[in-house]
Amino acid sequence: MLNQFVAPDLYPAAPEIFLLAMACVILFVDLLASQRRWITPFLSVASLVGAALLTVLTASEFSVLTFSNTYINDALSSFLKLLTYLSVATALIYGRGYLRERNLDKGEYYLLALFATLGMMVMISANHFLVMYLGIELLSLSLYAMVAMDRESVRATEAAMKYFVLGALASGLLLYGMSMVYGATGSLEISVVAQALEQGAVNKTVLVFGLVFLVSGIAFKLGVVPFHMWIPDVYHGAPTSVTLFIGSAPKLAGYALAIRFLVSGLLDLAVHWQTMLLILAVFSIVLGNLAAIAQTNIKRMLAYSTISHMGFMLLALTAGVQGGNTTLAFPAYITALYYVVAYVLMALASFGMIILLSRKGFEAEELEDFKGLNKRSPWFALMMLILMFSLAGIPFFIGFWAKFAVLTVVVASGKVAVAVFAVIMSLIGAFYYLRVVKCMYFDSPRDMTPIQAGADLRILLSINSLAVALLGVFPQKVIFLCQYVLVRTF
Amino acid sequence: MDFKTFLFYLFATILVVSGLRVITARNPVHAVLFLVLAFFNAAGIWLLLAAEYLAITLLVVYVGAVMVLFLFVVMMLDINLESIRRGFWHHLPFGTAIGLLMVAEMATVLGGRYFDADILPAPAIAPGYSNVKELGRVLYTEYAYPFELASVILLVAIIAAVTLTLRKRKDTKALNSSVQLAVKRNDRIRIVRMAAEKEQGE
Repeated sequence: MLNQFVAPDLYPAAPEIFLLAMACVILFVDLLASQRRWITPFLSVASLVGAALLTVLTASEFSVLTFSNTYINDALSSFLKLLTYLSVATALIYGRGYLRERNLDKGEYYLLALFATLGMMVMISANHFLVMYLGIELLSLSLYAMVAMDRESVRATEAAMKYFVLGALASGLLLYGMSMVYGATGSLEISVVAQALEQGAVNKTVLVFGLVFLVSGIAFKLGVVPFHMWIPDVYHGAPTSVTLFIGSAPKLAGYALAIRFLVSGLLDLAVHWQTMLLILAVFSIVLGNLAAIAQTNIKRMLAYSTISHMGFMLLALTAGVQGGNTTLAFPAYITALYYVVAYVLMALASFGMIILLSRKGFEAEELEDFKGLNKRSPWFALMMLILMFSLAGIPFFIGFWAKFAVLTVVVASGKVAVAVFAVIMSLIGAFYYLRVVKCMYFDSPRDMTPIQAGADLRILLSINSLAVALLGVFPQKVIFLCQYVLVRTF
Repeated sequence: MDFKTFLFYLFATILVVSGLRVITARNPVHAVLFLVLAFFNAAGIWLLLAAEYLAITLLVVYVGAVMVLFLFVVMMLDINLESIRRGFWHHLPFGTAIGLLMVAEMATVLGGRYFDADILPAPAIAPGYSNVKELGRVLYTEYAYPFELASVILLVAIIAAVTLTLRKRKDTKALNSSVQLAVKRNDRIRIVRMAAEKEQGE
């Protein structure tokens, strides 16, 4: 047996290896150069850029497997990784000034962010249930620590504790599901599981039983009803820069998690998991939109909005297979990818807005703090208007096209009633987004303190918000890209 | 019933009972000790399955290291049992009902039909088979990538633990001797040039 083993080809995994090496280097540099505060953030963003270059270099036309088939490098992994670097780098740049003002800009913050990125990369490139689990743990452990970093804040500590306990529970569910998959198919390698299912020589009852736990675990990581309890508390309690981090890139990894497990691995059980996801999606859309109306804290409001957006994303995944007919599979998964990309873009900018309005000793996290923003800064009021319109799904911003694409594919799969219901819920949801716009333009400001954020944050945030508007004018570009990626992958 | 079967039932019974005692024991120290007992019996079951490496690791790592630390923490913390137990009886009926429902559901789905010893027979063990050797072989070949990832997770755990607990106290009186030795004259005294002044009252 031993002589059958081939030493793994490290080349396809170059981005991960590079980022890990850089994280270890930064660990030392941060220790030695603790007087120069700019060095660690600079090196962190530089290593993300380096990893991006390596990802482009190692990208291949076909799926490449390495490390005894536990690692996969395909078009989807390259695409999602590039987006992950982009959103992590953006989150780090947005958060820098905010952290400095609160004395939280320790080197460990950037290190943990890099390790979390590594965890997301592992998840995105996983071709093995065990590797996926380890990626999730790497990501989650870093996030727990980042949430708890503000030790003086009781709210942050409580949020971290809640996140940690519920996260451990979800990991347990996921592992239990995996053990059932292993029991039924005798393998944890995703492609082998898919083959075993195709040949039909496996015990489907046990697999469906395991699937329940797998879907629960995925739902927890994405934060959809009824596994959403941690989302509002963590988003509210964590420092805003960490909320920004949690709310953006991990959603891309969550998409990879769902696609690798459910589509690459267990597509033959689509009838079962589509029903489960449909229930989760409908409840998320209802609860997310209704609960957000009652919030006065904008971080909490955006947290509930995340729940409903993730529900929408799952709605697209439920449309793939209809009675053994997989013609809609590609449109459905492309739409879900498009939705996630659009959401991450909007989430980055809208949490960035909260950071922009905050200053030393002041958190602009209440709805009240946005009152009269138009008088204080017409430009950023316009940016926030774009973001809120886009999140609400008002034409013609990227959020509208994403919702439109999901509804199209859901209608095509014959679930007209669900689509109509989702539209009604989105209309109800539009209320709380528009309330922010009303606050900014029609109410008088509570204080006229000018915005104190640095130039880097202002410029990047403007670009980010304008991208939301511009990609709404040219929606085909992103959809075409998603389509290209998924067709190359499967 | 041969001796091995008897041993299995013995270990399994003690395991389940001590597991129950972990969550019902009033004294947290007792709960930890019951957990140790549970680990011992799980190790016994693993030994029956000829997985001697896992059995030894469970004892060395969990009983020897983790649970001892746990015991220290439990002894050091002053846990107020009354406040933890408040609401226990209130939630008990609902919790029991949900638990029983889940057990019943899982039993009907799994109930022996799929995981019977006849369906999944134990693999034949070749002479000279070494459990440790086999584990080591796959760990450093096929599972090298997950193995390395586990080490990265441990590194993150170290960084996170240090970040969350290391405090730089501002009121500390500790002296930094290297700074003291490297001190220069100019750091300590300031020479001021000024005109001479006459004493008052002359």
